Amino acid sequence: MTVMTKGKITDVQELKNVAKKIRVNILHMLTQAGSGHTGGSLSAADVAVAIYFSKMNFNPDNPKWEGRDRFILSKGHAAPLLYAIMAEAGYFPMETINNLRKIESPLQGHPCCKHIPGIEVSTGSLGQGLSVANGMALGLRLDNNPARVYCIMGDGEIQEGQIWEAAMTAAHYKIDNLCAVVDNNELQIDGPVEEVMGIQPVHDKWEAFGWHVISIDGHDMEEILRALGEAEGVKGKPTIIIANTTKGKGVSFFEDKVEYHGIAPSQEEFDKAVKEIHNG
Amino acid sequence: MAEVQSTEHRTQNTDKSQAEKRKPEATRDAYGKTLLELGKKRPDVVVLDADLSGSTKTIKFAKEFPERFFNMGIAEQDMIGTAAGLALAGKVPFASTFAVFETGRAWDQIRLTVCYSNTNVKLVATHSGITVGEDGASHQALEDIALMRTLPNMTVIVPADAAETESVINTIVDQKGPVYVRLGRAKVPYVMPDDYKFTPGKAFVFHIGKDVNIVAAGITVDMAREAAGILSKEGIDAGVINMSTIKPLDEETLLSAAKSSGFIVTAEEHSVIGGLGGAVCEFLAENYPVPVKRIGVQDSFGCSGRPAELLKLHGITAENIVETIKKALKK
Ligand SMILES: Cc1ncc(C[n+]2csc(CCOP(=O)(O)OP(=O)(O)O)c2C)c(N)n1
Ligand SMILES: [Mg+2]
Repeated sequence: MTVMTKGKITDVQELKNVAKKIRVNILHMLTQAGSGHTGGSLSAADVAVAIYFSKMNFNPDNPKWEGRDRFILSKGHAAPLLYAIMAEAGYFPMETINNLRKIESPLQGHPCCKHIPGIEVSTGSLGQGLSVANGMALGLRLDNNPARVYCIMGDGEIQEGQIWEAAMTAAHYKIDNLCAVVDNNELQIDGPVEEVMGIQPVHDKWEAFGWHVISIDGHDMEEILRALGEAEGVKGKPTIIIANTTKGKGVSFFEDKVEYHGIAPSQEEFDKAVKEIHNG
Repeated sequence: MAEVQSTEHRTQNTDKSQAEKRKPEATRDAYGKTLLELGKKRPDVVVLDADLSGSTKTIKFAKEFPERFFNMGIAEQDMIGTAAGLALAGKVPFASTFAVFETGRAWDQIRLTVCYSNTNVKLVATHSGITVGEDGASHQALEDIALMRTLPNMTVIVPADAAETESVINTIVDQKGPVYVRLGRAKVPYVMPDDYKFTPGKAFVFHIGKDVNIVAAGITVDMAREAAGILSKEGIDAGVINMSTIKPLDEETLLSAAKSSGFIVTAEEHSVIGGLGGAVCEFLAENYPVPVKRIGVQDSFGCSGRPAELLKLHGITAENIVETIKKALKK
């Protein structure tokens, strides 16, 4: 049984290298598929890599292992990020990533728990992951199970009312075995978040809802690790990391481009992007 | 407390079982009691409510097992998601509120995190149908069966009385996967035989008729039995089927009923679109087309009033079942 407890990566440079590999595989998957969500998969990559490979206990050979930490990608459109990580972790063969969004592939356009053991819950309709994360955390607590729950949301996603229902729930029930993340890339589909429907001051909002809030540079691996560590020590209230990120991070011509929310790279763009990621 | 059936209706039934001698009881009351008993036996049962625990009767469980009860406040969408999470952590969550809010307000949540994710969540809603009464249309779910029936992986159950409710709850606790149970506010008479035990997907046949078969669920089962009694005195052989599982439908029983009478009447406290009547018509149209009359709310909203008045207004009565059948058979 290969429980990923001992195999955790703590070296910052090593984590950065994994993040590079994940970015390349995200772009590979999207290019092969010819459609999908580029910007939001890249922006959340560093945080997700740090969570999976430096913090989480899990066992790809036994995805339902009771002691596993749970991860929920509430912003389900960043599915390529989750798939690239899970392939890297050994949940399924690496070649499966060639089949993103293809007919009868387990790699559905948005994460589906029926198709891939290890995906905890299906997502894709925004605003729902935090509630499920709360429920899991409450269930674990009832069983005195020390496992933790992680949940990544988009900054546009938190416009959903259900997020704030769940924010109240987590604080009310003092859910401290949960660490949520907002991928604060400041863009959504129709434009900048502040133009479409302002969410600022986002740090203060979560604080006002009773959360321990940590705002960080979501691409600085050292800061990410420090924040995740801090979250583990917070008792009696839930923690949220506001990860300030750049949509499309790692590829200059995708960065901060609202149109690359939902466009896959062309082959030419892919070749250029891979060079940039390797040199960056 | 409103009662659906007056006692004079009841006396028209000749053979009275023990059950029928019991005082009418609301299905939600039976739910509250059963949940409390389940809580004692089953540490994995957890309960969620959205500020209506006094009305849905989950309050009984809440008082006895506060650590396993989660009041989510007036936040139905979050309640469903949290229930899904609890199920994924190995619990058997029962999530309750009024049927309108449970199925309508949180439909996308039920679709994604309960049905698509196939989580072991039991949705038990109370205050379904027009017998909600005075609160009026905003609180009367007439579309919930349709909303739940269309979702893959979902089982839809409408118990006829308090005893069947108890049997249903004790059964679904061990059935893996999403279940929707539709309960009511008003007191309803006991109709099921004393030794009856609910089996998912299995209709209960009181009698298969040669002239017509009435397929009912929930409070209409009692009306159907009364209607059959009246019709029998006029020489019309009317069968009665309690189709308490609306999904999956008991197709075998329905088919034999259709073959026997060549005429089916459905009766439900729900819109005739998409509910029991809809399910029966879908099956018969494809497999054994026979004439069908659907009794229920005819594509409209409800309104305020006493439950019995509302049922009369919408033709959900034994009298209207009788009239509908006689008219159809005359043609
Ligand atoms: C309930 C719901 N409404 C609309 C959508 C369509 N949609 C997909 S992604 C997206 C924008 C998300 O923006 P954000 O949360 O900021 O994600 P990111 O920038 O990280 O990609 C929208 C509106 C959806 N998936 N779910
Ligand atoms: Mg965004």
